[in-house]
Amino acid sequence: MEKVGVYDELDNLKATELRLGLPGTEETVSCGKSNKRALPNNTEKEIESTGKTETASPPKAQIVGWPPVRSYRKNNIQTKKNESEGQGNYVKVSMDGAPYLRKIDLTMYKQYPELMKSLENMFKFSVGEYFEREGYKGSDFVPTYEDKDGDWMLVGDVPWE
Amino acid sequence: MNYFPDEVIEHVFDFVTSHKDRNAISLVCKSWYKIERYSRQKVFIGNCYAINPERLLRRFPCLKSLTLKGKPHFADFNLVPHEWGGFVLPWIEALARSRVGLEELRLKRMVVTDESLELLSRSFVNFKSLVLVSCEGFTTDGLASIAANCRHLRDLDLQENEIDDHRGQWLSCFPDTCTTLVTLNFACLEGETNLVALERLVARSPNLKSLKLNRAVPLDALARLMVCAPQIVDLGVGSYENDPDSESYLKLKAAIKKCTLLRSLSGFLEAAPHCLSAFHPICHNLTSLNLSYAAEIHGSHLIKLIQHCKKLQRLWILDSIGDKGLEVVASTCKELQELRVFPSDLLGGGNTAVTEEGLVAISAGCPKLHSILYFCQQMTNAALVTVAKNCPNFIRFRLCILEPNKPDHVTSQPLDEGFGAIVKACKSLRRLSLSGLLTDQVFLYIGMYANQLEMLSIAFAGDTDKGMLYVLNGCKKMKKLEIRDSPFGDTALLADVSKYETMRSLWMSSCEVTLSGCKRLAQKAPWLNVEIINENDNNRMEENGHEGRQKVDKLYLYRTVVGTRMDAPPFVWIL
Repeated sequence: MEKVGVYDELDNLKATELRLGLPGTEETVSCGKSNKRALPNNTEKEIESTGKTETASPPKAQIVGWPPVRSYRKNNIQTKKNESEGQGNYVKVSMDGAPYLRKIDLTMYKQYPELMKSLENMFKFSVGEYFEREGYKGSDFVPTYEDKDGDWMLVGDVPWE
Repeated sequence: MNYFPDEVIEHVFDFVTSHKDRNAISLVCKSWYKIERYSRQKVFIGNCYAINPERLLRRFPCLKSLTLKGKPHFADFNLVPHEWGGFVLPWIEALARSRVGLEELRLKRMVVTDESLELLSRSFVNFKSLVLVSCEGFTTDGLASIAANCRHLRDLDLQENEIDDHRGQWLSCFPDTCTTLVTLNFACLEGETNLVALERLVARSPNLKSLKLNRAVPLDALARLMVCAPQIVDLGVGSYENDPDSESYLKLKAAIKKCTLLRSLSGFLEAAPHCLSAFHPICHNLTSLNLSYAAEIHGSHLIKLIQHCKKLQRLWILDSIGDKGLEVVASTCKELQELRVFPSDLLGGGNTAVTEEGLVAISAGCPKLHSILYFCQQMTNAALVTVAKNCPNFIRFRLCILEPNKPDHVTSQPLDEGFGAIVKACKSLRRLSLSGLLTDQVFLYIGMYANQLEMLSIAFAGDTDKGMLYVLNGCKKMKKLEIRDSPFGDTALLADVSKYETMRSLWMSSCEVTLSGCKRLAQKAPWLNVEIINENDNNRMEENGHEGRQKVDKLYLYRTVVGTRMDAPPFVWIL
């Protein structure tokens, strides 16, 4: 899997969007590129409020002098954030037929099987077994991701690191 | 006491050291006033513009130690323009002219220049102690003068200052004869450090108790320094990145084991998490731990370290420790008196931040807790009520919910009842900072119950002038009131002008006070300096009638016995 490095989280979204879809369907590619799904209004509202762990909230409008943290301290923390990889490597996950997307932190997992289990739990489906030559067998669903070249790749071929 | 000769009374006064007590003593009678003023060695001035150096020296000619504070507190959060004021040079010039035997100078939020440091270093033969907190305006050249000229320097303590680092050789300016250092703190310097000079300085300072390094001091240097100074009590680690298998790391581990007097640990400005284990052997002795700059260290490593710190009294940490981490603190640190939890993600939306659960856990586990500063994502009234019940001994209670106006996240109610419970239970509360959704009701509670409250910080709170009035009328001991983005206006401001004589200062920004309101106040109270800070020059406040209704962006007023200051920049209008 691609190492995302020190990209700003918002830049990550496009580069590493993971999609789960039926194998061999070209439509999923084009659907995947649009982040929005047609939703009735009230469901959208629900998504907003369940926010906390899922959303990558765009940087809030910065109020001057808020939060009340000394500039010295603010400068120190900001430099660190820019230098380090930041905590967590969140990527968007969408699944065909699901009403909204999810986000997962890739740093929480050490290998593909762990990731697959988590996705299975999250979306209540089964991904089947991974075979190096044939891809995933035993399920209608296949995990794919879009790499930085814009190609749809099968999850699991590239070494985890 | 009238039957005793003056020397005896003076001797008794020697035991009274708190400046509040000494101020009280001086008010008893003329004779005591006289004895007290000649024997006073330490003076604290909370607002450098309330008095001038000449009057200070007239009253206290035997001054040895002076503490001065300059800019208002909200300057820490960039609400006060840099050139506002708080210059120390006139003070040092006046002290130098008077030939007073100054030994100690402590400054907070003041503008210090290399020129003033140079003058300071040359004017006072017995100068021993310089403590600068949140100051700005000087460079390492100024430090070089201090190092070179102060023969008996004991303390050089630089806390969170903005210092222009010229990467000079200020450390090598300490003469070889300088062996008196007790405190050396240069953690806030950004540039390279002459490690050889530093090691030699530490090696020849047998009395060195407090050493705080900057990020340019790497691990192997730290190891060598600790070998030179096993008597160290307070250590600020600079850079702490290394391979745990390397020789320097092993040397460090060995050196740390010998530092049996080490009680306070801070710094870790650049840190690799696995190296923290080197400190585990001395953790059981630690009373103070400040890891609030160690952003790279993950919660799990923090927790591993803290589990060894059973004697901790003071803990400053980042919210990356999480509620779970705070539960560990609560079960381990039974001696904890002061806790500060800082935000690690200033843009909000943090995923490992702390919530009301962590606060409740701490309050339940740490019976001696009296001071807290807590940045969190959310709070509830129920939690605050529990905290108040668990910890009725709070002296300082500062809660900052990161999102302004956020209500109780369970009930969606304002947090009036929660804070009300705090002020009702904590009868010794001296300092309070509010946040979250708050109505006038919380101020009713504060006015009613917070009898000892001296400092109150308000942001995005209240509904009407009544809120501010409750506080002004109720809190008899109020000294510093600072308010931002709250709907308080002229009615509250002008209700009781004499109140401001009992207070050090009032700050109001982005509130509803108008220019004409401020003018009326200035007229009624000539002993106040009423400053309007208006950075937008194009928006020059006009004199004529209907412009008076224009809202004032920043108002800062303070009592003073020396009238309008002469050093105000053009954007500060003193009415």
